[in-house]
Amino acid sequence: MTLTNDIIKLKLTEKFGEELTAWQEPYGMLTFTAPKELNLKVLQFLYDDEELKFRFLTDLQAVHYPGNKGAELAVVYHLHNMIDNVRIRFKVFTDIEKPDVFSATALYKSANWMERETYDFFGVNFIGHPNLIRVLNVEEMDYFPMRKEFPLEDQKRIDKDDEMFGR
Amino acid sequence: MSDHIILPEGSIEKQTTTLNLGPTHPATHGVFQNILEMDGERVLKSVSTVGYIHRAFEKIAERRPLYQITPLTDRLNYCSSPINNMGWHIACERLLGIQIPKRVDYLRVIIMELARISDHLICNSIVGVDSGAYTGFLYLMQYRELIYEIYEEICGSRLTTTIGRIGGFERNFSPAAFQKLEKFLKEYPRALKEFENLFTRNRIFMERTIGCGPISAERALNYGFTGPNLRAAGVDYDVRVHTPYSSYQDFDFIVPVGSTGDCYDRFLVRNEEMWQSLSIIEQAFQKVKEFKGADAEVFHADAPDYYLPKKKDVYTKMEALIYHFKIVMGEIDMPVGEVYSPVEGANGELGFYLISDGGRTPYRLHFRRPCFIYYQAFEELVKGGMLSDAIITMSSLNLIAGEMDA
Repeated sequence: MTLTNDIIKLKLTEKFGEELTAWQEPYGMLTFTAPKELNLKVLQFLYDDEELKFRFLTDLQAVHYPGNKGAELAVVYHLHNMIDNVRIRFKVFTDIEKPDVFSATALYKSANWMERETYDFFGVNFIGHPNLIRVLNVEEMDYFPMRKEFPLEDQKRIDKDDEMFGR
Repeated sequence: MSDHIILPEGSIEKQTTTLNLGPTHPATHGVFQNILEMDGERVLKSVSTVGYIHRAFEKIAERRPLYQITPLTDRLNYCSSPINNMGWHIACERLLGIQIPKRVDYLRVIIMELARISDHLICNSIVGVDSGAYTGFLYLMQYRELIYEIYEEICGSRLTTTIGRIGGFERNFSPAAFQKLEKFLKEYPRALKEFENLFTRNRIFMERTIGCGPISAERALNYGFTGPNLRAAGVDYDVRVHTPYSSYQDFDFIVPVGSTGDCYDRFLVRNEEMWQSLSIIEQAFQKVKEFKGADAEVFHADAPDYYLPKKKDVYTKMEALIYHFKIVMGEIDMPVGEVYSPVEGANGELGFYLISDGGRTPYRLHFRRPCFIYYQAFEELVKGGMLSDAIITMSSLNLIAGEMDA
């Protein structure tokens, strides 16, 4: 029996009920949102379940939505079931004032640097990470450059007229 | 006499030596640092530092229209930039829903496999150099030159290629490009065979690499290994087979796997992949030749919103002029969506996670760089081994600083 998105969704709702929300399938990849307290439980369930077997962490990163008050930062996990060749994606949202998310390093060794990178650029504080320091930027940096409020270019520039081309 | 020598505080009690390997040591083949704690020749601990050439591509990409991001992807894995370019174009096409003609797919496959060969031959010959055999490196280098000449014939540049466009290629392959490709297909197998003769059953090379930096399949998966390094550990995961892109399902090839995941297996897997790539290129070349008439002139998809019109039309036709202006100024609004698009890079699964909020630039773009993820395992791979094994493990992992730091 092939593992389809419907089966995954069914199994997850069986286990977690109404906790998981925002079910979508953009470009064929099952996507959902989990509460941030449950992120490790969801990862562990997906890892342990004999049918789901999502045992490869493909990618982990964050996205900043400044307009989403109270849940500005989204940590996005991409998981892969290599046996049935299915990928899923799930997100946990967290407040930017208190960006605490449980670390997945105990489950996946590969999460170590990915979480450090996410901390480095977005300031997500991964609880339980063994060595949460900056990885690509200098340690003296006192801001998180991938957040949207950090400008790429000096916004006070007056020599450039953005009205026409609006970039 | 010895009374005059003043030793630093604590240096007598300290039993180990701290050694800085990198960031500019010739043996690291890139700008990254390992701080090794040494007991004589043995490595007790290694701490890796990356980020020396971090260029904030993900941030820059948030202010650029799609076609201007292609040059950024060149600079990820600069040993095989065409794969990065194509991977990026495929990610964009998935988001935009552009259908690619078969001939373009096959031409892309030719370029991507050439890039894979050029990457693997560098990696394998560098393993040779680091174990003390320089000849193979110089011998294969001239074939990389031939590959670069093919790129040059197609897009005009060699290392950072920016090859192709969203939707296809900027121009059809010239007859000279096909001639050079034929020359490469004719001459390279002989050179590769000789290279293998030099290394594969060479007693010194085998002693040097077997059992050096091994990793089990479970550990490799847990560490997020992909590509040849994972296959050397015995997992037959290949994006080209699992999630075919660019019509890879039309080709017949083998995914080589190793068993122990040590340097020797990685070397053998890469070598075999070069043979497989050669066979894929030959198949693709045959398929390209089968197109006749108007089909043989197709080199891009019909995607006027993203593919630049012909210069002649821009000067003579109103519509083409409008499209040209809108594309160059980056004035096209993208559809809303999020897409994760992986391709099999030379080092493993190169993923592009692209979120669009309907604007003209990506809302968020993340590169899944295989190097960055599997470099974490380096500490575990070299622990307890000799310093010279650490060097050879580093080069056989094919660590590319540009890809690590993005």
